[in-house]
Amino acid sequence: MNKTLTARLFGPKAWAALLVFAAVTLVMVPVLNLAVPADSAFHLSTYWVTLIGKIMCYAIVALAMDLVWGYTGILSLGHGIFFALGGYGMGMYLMRAIGREGNYQSDLPDFMVFLNWKTLPWYWQGTEHFLWALALVVLVPGLLAFVFGYFAFRSRIKGVYFSIITQALTYAAMLLFFRNETGFGGNNGFTDFKRILGFAITAPETRVVLFGLTATALMGALLLGRFIVTSKLGRVLAAIRDAESRVMFSGYNPLPYKLFIWTLSAVLCAIAGALYVPQVGIINPGEMSPANSIEIAIWTAVGGRGTLIGPLIGAGLINGVKSWFTVAFPEYWLYFLGLIFILVTLWLPRGVVGQLQSWFSKKEKRA
Amino acid sequence: MTSLLARLQTAALVLALGLCGSATLARPAPELVLQLATGDNDARIAALGTLAASADPDALPLLEALRDDALKSRGGNQAVIYDGETARDAITGKPLVPVPDDLEDVMTNNRVTVALDAAFAAFDLAAPERATRLAAVRTLQESGDPALLPLLDKALATEKDPQVIDLLRVAQAGARLHHPDRATRLAAIETLGGSGAPGARAQLGSLLEKNGASFVEADAAVREAARKAISHIDTWLEIGEIAGGLFTGVSLASILLLAALGLAITYGLMGVINMAHGELIMIGAYATFLVQNLLRTHAPGLFEFYPLFAIPVAFLVSALVGATMERLVIRHLYGRPLETLLATWGISLVLIQGVRSLFGAQNVMVENPAWLSGGVQVMSNLILPWNRLAIIAFAILVVMGMSLILTRTRLGLFVRAVTQNRQMAGCVGVATPRVDTLAFALGSGVAGLAGCALAQVGNVGPDLGQSYIIDSFMVVVLGGVGQLAGTVYAALGLGVFNKLLEGVAGAVLAKITVLVLIIVFIQKRPQGLFAVKGRFADN
Repeated sequence: MNKTLTARLFGPKAWAALLVFAAVTLVMVPVLNLAVPADSAFHLSTYWVTLIGKIMCYAIVALAMDLVWGYTGILSLGHGIFFALGGYGMGMYLMRAIGREGNYQSDLPDFMVFLNWKTLPWYWQGTEHFLWALALVVLVPGLLAFVFGYFAFRSRIKGVYFSIITQALTYAAMLLFFRNETGFGGNNGFTDFKRILGFAITAPETRVVLFGLTATALMGALLLGRFIVTSKLGRVLAAIRDAESRVMFSGYNPLPYKLFIWTLSAVLCAIAGALYVPQVGIINPGEMSPANSIEIAIWTAVGGRGTLIGPLIGAGLINGVKSWFTVAFPEYWLYFLGLIFILVTLWLPRGVVGQLQSWFSKKEKRA
Repeated sequence: MTSLLARLQTAALVLALGLCGSATLARPAPELVLQLATGDNDARIAALGTLAASADPDALPLLEALRDDALKSRGGNQAVIYDGETARDAITGKPLVPVPDDLEDVMTNNRVTVALDAAFAAFDLAAPERATRLAAVRTLQESGDPALLPLLDKALATEKDPQVIDLLRVAQAGARLHHPDRATRLAAIETLGGSGAPGARAQLGSLLEKNGASFVEADAAVREAARKAISHIDTWLEIGEIAGGLFTGVSLASILLLAALGLAITYGLMGVINMAHGELIMIGAYATFLVQNLLRTHAPGLFEFYPLFAIPVAFLVSALVGATMERLVIRHLYGRPLETLLATWGISLVLIQGVRSLFGAQNVMVENPAWLSGGVQVMSNLILPWNRLAIIAFAILVVMGMSLILTRTRLGLFVRAVTQNRQMAGCVGVATPRVDTLAFALGSGVAGLAGCALAQVGNVGPDLGQSYIIDSFMVVVLGGVGQLAGTVYAALGLGVFNKLLEGVAGAVLAKITVLVLIIVFIQKRPQGLFAVKGRFADN
């Protein structure tokens, strides 16, 4: 522990890589998208900016998943709910920001006019303020995760049992949000956003700023995750993953540790969801479907659990392939995804990064 | 007021008919035909009532013309039947050439349509098929038109079927509610009250309505009898509703039970949740679909009994797929339940897409054979469909079969031994890998049976399994593992509770409430309702 914080987090090579990433996302992408003319070979279209921005949101989610699954051994099959709740929080602000430019020229969001509602429900109060919406983005999923986690971990529910009830949780939430009466636009969710903080939401400049914010959030999440797993807290978490009973016999109560990392993970997901919605332009209850949440787990598994860079690579790989596959051969995507699930669990239990690591360490031993 | 007028008019018409109608006249009285085509709605309803009471088969083409919008009015004084090509006078039958261009459509409102249905029903009362007569008398029950009385009396005199006779009596009572004789009215009220039919309730209610200052029914004692009869009907309707709720609950429970039973076995044995379990159900349903098609094309004589052939096929196909899954994938992931969960999810995706590629993304048609369609009417508002009854019986049989296999066979003994203590069972010579494969095949086969049953009540499509997977997990989680009893009670409790709640809160809220309650319940009893007692160290 005598090392400085910077040295504790990353080695020099990793810091350099992070700097390169920052330079690419914060300087190069904006320049290539905005300054380079559209007909140039180096121009980066807004489509790509949005796509990469979206994938970076997923990467944050995968990282959050890794903190609970890879480092603490809690497999959540319901992380989609936190992502979606964050998205809905941001979506509420964006819906209010449409103002009277909706189809019905009303102060209320269009879907409420359609349902013949006269006033805003209480939970929509104050959502026209950006800061309050941001607070909701963090507080609502955080609180839900805290309460749910408290009860689940206190009863020492773990393993597949925990996974199954998280799945039931997101499924119940999806059913709830599908109802029109819940007040979140039902089936269609929120869409047709016009502006964010006064800036047109489809303008390339806004897109680039959102992209930069997402990249910053991703780097922040990575540093935070690294800070946690290299700390004493991180060691306790890994110990809980490997032998929870022994941790308890050694005099630790696992509850606060698990609860902390679980809630933090949920909040990270929510932030990713809040960044996702303005870039993609839609949020609907489909994001809470159990299938989506399981996919998050596979991003983490492909990249490599128990490493922080792994989930980022996994999310990038799977979603990159997905956006290519679903255009090129849509009918084969599920085969591919299914096989990835099977093959990775059978032959790549430590993921791509874990596999590379073990190859390198073998080479070093031989040398 | 209008109904009274209509009734007077009918009476007058019947009188008129009696005066001018003669036995030699082979078609309905011209006045009636003209009234049907050119009169206002009340007059038309009255004419229909007369035609219905006469049950004159020659009036049928006219009624059909009215139903098919072929009856036209010309200048308000001629009735014409125009079928789109030729026109003829509805009274004389003389063709009109060329087709007149001043034909007006006869506008029928809802009341006229109802009266028309009643008129058709009157003709059907003499039909040779029992089902047609039943439907006819049900329609007539609703009308309560006194003009129908002679017709009903005639039908009662010749009818042999006890169920039709019962219904005819009720219809007769409905038509006698306004009979001038007080005792007849009281008897009619009693019959209607005893019938417990919702339609009878409305008819009785009409007696209590006020007609200006006075009641429709002048006699206070008769009104009191009607009130009593209504409350009697209400009680029965309520009982019927509750019984119906219970029945749909038990029916849902039987489906949940079939879906969860196999899962309970595989989960209990290996501690892994098989996410592809829903897809094994789906494969069972598709196997049923294939058997149905094969029998239809190659052995139409046996088609009626295709579910009996489908049951073993569905079991074998799903069991085979399950055993393959276990051999190829699950076996290699022992001791890593979370990874198994993900791998089986991957398998489920492949299976879904595979079925989509083979059979298309649309739902396929699985028909009920005749002996499974329809239902048994227990009360006026409670029909128990045969297919649901059959599934309940089937679920009971499957549970009994499973418990026999688990408690009375050598395989069952091994399965229980491995479930309780894998190492120890291995030490005393149980070939645990073989038991795993067989037990997994057994659980998967039961999923196939569930698919066979589900095909009889729901849509069969590639996503079939997805809609049952979370529910069956909940049954397993609630019931605990290691005992069939837990699964049975959990399925029953969930099914009945869910359906009863649905009546109060609506389907979606009920489902959400149930899920939340399970999550809360798990806090209290993390091992489920019926945990196996014993000392377990985890990991």
